[in-house]
Amino acid sequence: MQRYILVRIVQSILALLVLTVIVFSLARFAGDPLDVLLPLEATVEDAERVRAAWGLDKPVYVQYFKFLGNALTGDFGESIKHRDQQAIDLVFDRLPNTALLAGLALVVATVIAVPVGVLSAVKKDTVFDYLGKILALTGQSLPAFWLGLVLMWIFAVNLGLVPTSGKSGVTSYILPAISIGWFQVAALMRLVRSSMLDVLDTEYVKLARIKGVSERKVVWKHCLRNAAIAPFTYFALILGSLMVGSVSIEFVFAWPGVGLLAVDSTIARDFPVIQAVVIVFCVVYITANLLVDIAYAYVDPRIRFS
Amino acid sequence: MAADDRIRAPAIAEETPAPPDAARGIGVGRIMSEARRYPVFPILLLLIVLVIPAAFADFIAPHDPKLGSLGSKLLPPVWMEGGTTEHLLGTDRVGRDILTRIMYGARVSVVTAVIAIFIAGILGTTMGIVAGYTGGMVDAVVMRLVDISLSIPIILLALVLVAAVGASMGTVITVLVLLMWSRYARLVRGETLAVRVQDFIARAQVSGSSHRRIMLRHVFPNVFNSIIVLATLNVGFVIILESTLSFLGAGIPPPQPAWGLMVADGRVLITSPNGWWVAMFPGLAIMLVVLSMNLLGDWLRDRLDPKQRQV
Repeated sequence: MQRYILVRIVQSILALLVLTVIVFSLARFAGDPLDVLLPLEATVEDAERVRAAWGLDKPVYVQYFKFLGNALTGDFGESIKHRDQQAIDLVFDRLPNTALLAGLALVVATVIAVPVGVLSAVKKDTVFDYLGKILALTGQSLPAFWLGLVLMWIFAVNLGLVPTSGKSGVTSYILPAISIGWFQVAALMRLVRSSMLDVLDTEYVKLARIKGVSERKVVWKHCLRNAAIAPFTYFALILGSLMVGSVSIEFVFAWPGVGLLAVDSTIARDFPVIQAVVIVFCVVYITANLLVDIAYAYVDPRIRFS
Repeated sequence: MAADDRIRAPAIAEETPAPPDAARGIGVGRIMSEARRYPVFPILLLLIVLVIPAAFADFIAPHDPKLGSLGSKLLPPVWMEGGTTEHLLGTDRVGRDILTRIMYGARVSVVTAVIAIFIAGILGTTMGIVAGYTGGMVDAVVMRLVDISLSIPIILLALVLVAAVGASMGTVITVLVLLMWSRYARLVRGETLAVRVQDFIARAQVSGSSHRRIMLRHVFPNVFNSIIVLATLNVGFVIILESTLSFLGAGIPPPQPAWGLMVADGRVLITSPNGWWVAMFPGLAIMLVVLSMNLLGDWLRDRLDPKQRQV
């Protein structure tokens, strides 16, 4: 068990390192940083002086380790677009908004997926099951950004029930949360369904039925509690992908989160900010993955011994 | 009346006991039973929305996809007031015909998806077979690469890449390949491990076949079905991803008629009183294609590779 966790942690760190290499080399790929740093009338001597001052005359691997060291302390440099603001501060300012949205989306996904998944399992091969399948299928087929626009058009523009975009009152959370959560409904529902089917077949559920426990109690208490273990470990993973999935939705709803920051700084080619966003998001995402695997290993002994 | 009933009753009785025969007749019953056996609905939908437009856009599209006329900008679809039969699904802000652009957009989606899946498939399959067949260090290195690739959030990587080298179809395909090769590698490696221990591989080795020949002639045909199933199931996913990237400005660059780009064009019009159709129809096209591709993939999986089936 400890060995398994150790291996997974090393793997995760390795993944992060590879990522920093990719991000670093892409930034170099984008062109000579001096073109941005220097005014047009700078002489060759000026250029050399700035190059030395910024450490750009050193070999590439030295520059990489400097970048890595700075990244570890959260130093990605100043934003190019928003002068004299640290890139990392911009990210952390907006992180709560994104986390909040992702959390709400998770609630939306759970509230829809769990009852539907349970019903599809209990009433397997009936109309309910087919409706559940259709729901899962549409969930996977709808592009999130388009769903967001359609919801905005119906509920904000035509019905005027909620604001179209931005973060204002409580109602401004509804549409973005649904748009992000919808895609996860399908995966979560399938997971709940298959896990419920396994549990429904066990001896203790049969015993509960023989004892005369009401069907409702059997399903929602005896079964769901046991069936929820697998989907529950999956939550961290969903939360990770919800945060990454928020990029297009934040763009649609002009939501002041990290995703919108990522898109804006891509358009402005604001490299320090993009680097900060990508590294922070990847740390969240990879940590979520790691937590899921560890949780799974605790729940399912087959994994840690394989 | 009574006599009529008596004459009819046996006739009905003769017809009803043989439902299989009734199903063979031409009619709704026959169509329904055939539709259950083959994915008729998704295939028809794919033909109408994706394949035929992509292949024949040059002949059937009513207008030029990149050329608009300002005289006819933001015309609504034909069934609304002010719509014309000239532009069945209306026009966008610069007067380009939306139906035409959806047809050409199908081509962009197909080309991107096919190229990306093809490259990722070949790359992943090669690495998977070699890793599974060779084992040892090669296997360990490939599998670590797979793990790393699976744990990198791809949309963000795409944004970095686009900020660095600019948006182009090449960038999109690179991102998609980087994302997908690992799925093929993982699947194929698993299958290869199962195939490797079988008798016919040992016999091929004994009879002096080279490793390369065994991998190509004996392992590959046995993992081929799984690859096809995964590739089919991937098409929908790839189309959604490509359109998301295009929508964010990190995918196919304008003025190419890509579906995601068209939705992005219509994004600001959603809140204005006129022009909801600009974003609506391309999105609908994405949804229909992905939906039918997923249905087709599920069917193919049940047919060719029941092992991958989820409960």
